[in-house]
Amino acid sequence: MKRTPKDNIESARIVGRRALVVGGVQLGIIGALGLRLRAMQVEQADEFRLLAEENRINIRLLPPARGMIFDRNGIPIADNEQNYRVVMVREDAGDIGEVLAKLTELVDIDPDNLTRAMEEMQRRSPFVPVTIADRLSWEDVARINLNTPTLPGISAEVGLSRVYPWGADLAHVVGYVGPVSDYDLSRIDDDDPLLQIPKFQIGKTGSENKLEHALRGSAGTRRIEVNAAGRIMRELDRKEGEPGKDIQLTLDSRLQSYVQARLDGESAGAVVIDLENGDLRAIASAPAFDPNLFVRGISNTDWKALNADKYRPLAAKAVQGTYPPGSTFKMVTAMAAMEAGVVAADETVYCPGYTDVFNIRFHCWKRGGHGNINLHESLKQSCDCYYYEIAQRVGIDKMAEMARKLGLGIKHDLPLSAVARGLAPDKAWKREVRDEDWRVGDTVNASIGQGYVLASPLQLAVMSARIATGREVTPRLVRLIDGVEQPSGLGESLGINENTLRRIRASMNDVSNHRRGTAYGSRITADEYKMAGKTGTSQVRRITPEERAAGVTKNEDLPWERRDHALFVSFAPYDKPRYALSVVVEHGGGGSRAAAPIARDIMLQALYGGPPPLEAYPSGVRDKIAEQQRRIEARIPPGSKGLGRA
Amino acid sequence: MSYLEYNTKFVPTGLRKLWYLNWPIIMLLIAVSGFGFLMLYSVAGGSPSPWMEPQMKRFGMGLVLMIFVAMVPIWFWRNMAFVAFGGSILLLLAVEFFGEVNMGAQRWINLGFMRLQPSELTKITLVMFLAAYYDWLPNKKVSHPFWVTLPVLFILAPVAMVLNQPDLGTALLLLMGGATVMFLAGVHWAYFATVIGGGVAAIAAVFQSRGTPWQLLKDYQYRRIDTFLDPSNDPLGAGYHITQAKIALGSGGWTGRGFMQGTQSRLNFLPEKHTDFIFTTLAEEFGFVGAFTLLVLYLLIVAFCVVTALTNRDRFASLLTLGIAMTFFLFFAVNMAMVTGLAPVVGVPLPLVSYGGSAMLVLLVAFGLVQSAHVHKPR
Repeated sequence: MKRTPKDNIESARIVGRRALVVGGVQLGIIGALGLRLRAMQVEQADEFRLLAEENRINIRLLPPARGMIFDRNGIPIADNEQNYRVVMVREDAGDIGEVLAKLTELVDIDPDNLTRAMEEMQRRSPFVPVTIADRLSWEDVARINLNTPTLPGISAEVGLSRVYPWGADLAHVVGYVGPVSDYDLSRIDDDDPLLQIPKFQIGKTGSENKLEHALRGSAGTRRIEVNAAGRIMRELDRKEGEPGKDIQLTLDSRLQSYVQARLDGESAGAVVIDLENGDLRAIASAPAFDPNLFVRGISNTDWKALNADKYRPLAAKAVQGTYPPGSTFKMVTAMAAMEAGVVAADETVYCPGYTDVFNIRFHCWKRGGHGNINLHESLKQSCDCYYYEIAQRVGIDKMAEMARKLGLGIKHDLPLSAVARGLAPDKAWKREVRDEDWRVGDTVNASIGQGYVLASPLQLAVMSARIATGREVTPRLVRLIDGVEQPSGLGESLGINENTLRRIRASMNDVSNHRRGTAYGSRITADEYKMAGKTGTSQVRRITPEERAAGVTKNEDLPWERRDHALFVSFAPYDKPRYALSVVVEHGGGGSRAAAPIARDIMLQALYGGPPPLEAYPSGVRDKIAEQQRRIEARIPPGSKGLGRA
Repeated sequence: MSYLEYNTKFVPTGLRKLWYLNWPIIMLLIAVSGFGFLMLYSVAGGSPSPWMEPQMKRFGMGLVLMIFVAMVPIWFWRNMAFVAFGGSILLLLAVEFFGEVNMGAQRWINLGFMRLQPSELTKITLVMFLAAYYDWLPNKKVSHPFWVTLPVLFILAPVAMVLNQPDLGTALLLLMGGATVMFLAGVHWAYFATVIGGGVAAIAAVFQSRGTPWQLLKDYQYRRIDTFLDPSNDPLGAGYHITQAKIALGSGGWTGRGFMQGTQSRLNFLPEKHTDFIFTTLAEEFGFVGAFTLLVLYLLIVAFCVVTALTNRDRFASLLTLGIAMTFFLFFAVNMAMVTGLAPVVGVPLPLVSYGGSAMLVLLVAFGLVQSAHVHKPR
């Protein structure tokens, strides 16, 4: 088509005009882009720079070393052990199968772990180290290090793991650690970032749990640069954390070990208190379990076995178990009555072998009765009728008050799991909990430590300590935290008439040192270490009139679960009390027969600071004791030979 | 105006044509590509392979091709316009049936010696064809409804095929490039007003259709729009790329973090860092100064094209140059708007800087056409 020059000029004019419009729009857009760049790169630069840093910098936590736990002599009872593990980096390994085959030739590896590690390696990025085997011996590690050139991608790492050198002997006190679980996280209110570390070890039970805060320490941090896939490019800086604080307990691990050994075979609890400062020298519960099993991750079989055992090895009976205190409660009743002034020391009560209270007959343990009996004799021979009588005079509320004063029915603040409160019942308690009125029969039952009364071995030991000193002795388990002495447990005076205390102590002395005392067979013959005590036998069943008529069945003939609990509380030496203790043998039968000998052995061990000379025992039992000492000495674990390190 | 009407006496011949090339544009193209080489070297972690070296080879090849195209008289290219356009339509059809699927889209055709993206080629041939059309069409008929409908159909045909691949970015570029040539040629304002009004209505319809059986866009395209509108509501999924891109860009600051010091690109937080998102690496490492310099270089290329177009009395040459300049402008403007978070991520590379063969060769051929128009200007 032929164009005229006029056409050409006209079209060029239009194009020019339109081009200016388009150019204007383009300039506008470029201006907008320029402004946008300015806004992002100049005005918001800091904000974006921060985001970029957040992208590339990861903060990794460095777990601190957990504080150690020592006994009173500086012997470690919870230690950190170097633990070697082998890790593998998939991308460095090349042929994984070949490398693993070589590795299994060098060290023994559980095939299950191997499969699990293989799976994990496939699942995770190729540069993430995966643990192949844990808890290797130093020899294994040395072998691996020697063969490094033929094991690409394999390296040995060292970490710390908890170990309990005393094994089962301190299991219930120290407890154990284990990996933090979702359940733990939901239960505890703690924003410590350490808890977010997978498999971070925290205290699960016992002191490990209750003293967690001091033992854990605080996290260190390591700033690393990562790429978008999470691969670590380099470490930027590192700040070490604060290691956990070391803790020294008041326990004497050697004594503790002895007590555990002595209780072996029974289902029992025993507590030894130092009367100078309330220090708990031993808190034993038998049978026990090895806490090291839990640190490594307990097997299903072991776990089931522990739970199925009718002796309940997992229960810390010394502090968690509560039992009717039986006759060991008679001191409480007597002291309440004397302090209230409702009975004079030399006043006698007639014991025909039973007491009738509103048509209900309460029996004395001695069928024929004790005849006329006063306070001193009633404790020594453990007459029940005497207490039925004076309890009715003084009333339950005063008895409960005295019980609490002596440390029963109150919760002692100790860093242990599930410390039991026990029960010192009174009228208000029954109204509130049972919604029933208190009856005289309840008082009569309570007077000899039956009925509603419940106490733990720990509480009975405290009671004994308070009677021995007349002071408000408070049990203390932690001696030093990070070298700082914790307050002493030797409390203020209880404000009990000294005369009352003296009479009670004298009666307790006769329980084990007078020919007619219930624990005479378990006396200590060393003059400077005379032991005062009180036996207790508490029923776990009601004796029916038919049974009574047919003659009471002997404990030995009953099934274990229905036998009486055997109890014994004591302090020694009588003239200058140094230790108080309690022993409770579950379903052990009579207190004088089952509990008192154990208490005597423990007391001697504590007083002599080791195996006592046979002269401290009555001559008749020395051969038997010598044999027993040999047996126990062989049983005490090698951990006790460790040197003090505090 | 046919070539016979040129006053050929003043048209340079032979190697003398080299002297008449628009050298400023060539220099600017080399400068921009230089930026590209630097960035490709940097994102490869300081290595010429795998991206910088092939890119340089292709650039050298493209430069030779450009000068070859520039040597050929512009009237030859005008006469070839219809053939070229027809050829690219056929290639687009071929892609529909025989194309290679790559990253979810069917865009490539294997020619044996190279893999070609016909949609890239179409960007230039469409402009060529429209320029030739308006050169042929008498002025009086430009706004006649029939003569307006015809080029609209020529634009919509490749747009529809490209959308079907699916390649939203290229389709938009084709549409806007074609429309610009029509606008420049003098089509009446009212048409554009109507179309823009209609476009707004269509966008409304697109959003209204979402989730209904007659949904107009693919789900991924809707998600891209959502992500664009608020990338923060899916920071790990759809919004991850654009969020990381903005972080890279913004963290550059005034002068950048230094060559090869960009943490976002070096540590792989950036997506597609050697192709569509290469601008963010540049902005991160060279900062506002570097990014703005590149923007100015682009602006200068467009400006030199506009100047040569407006001083060219040949209607075809003038429309072609302006159309190519517009296409080039759309390329970088959409890419930059995309990575700065001003526009949805539609997959448009940064011209001459992003790694990629087809786009670079096609662009350099296009600038060859611009040079040819410049050299063979009626004087």
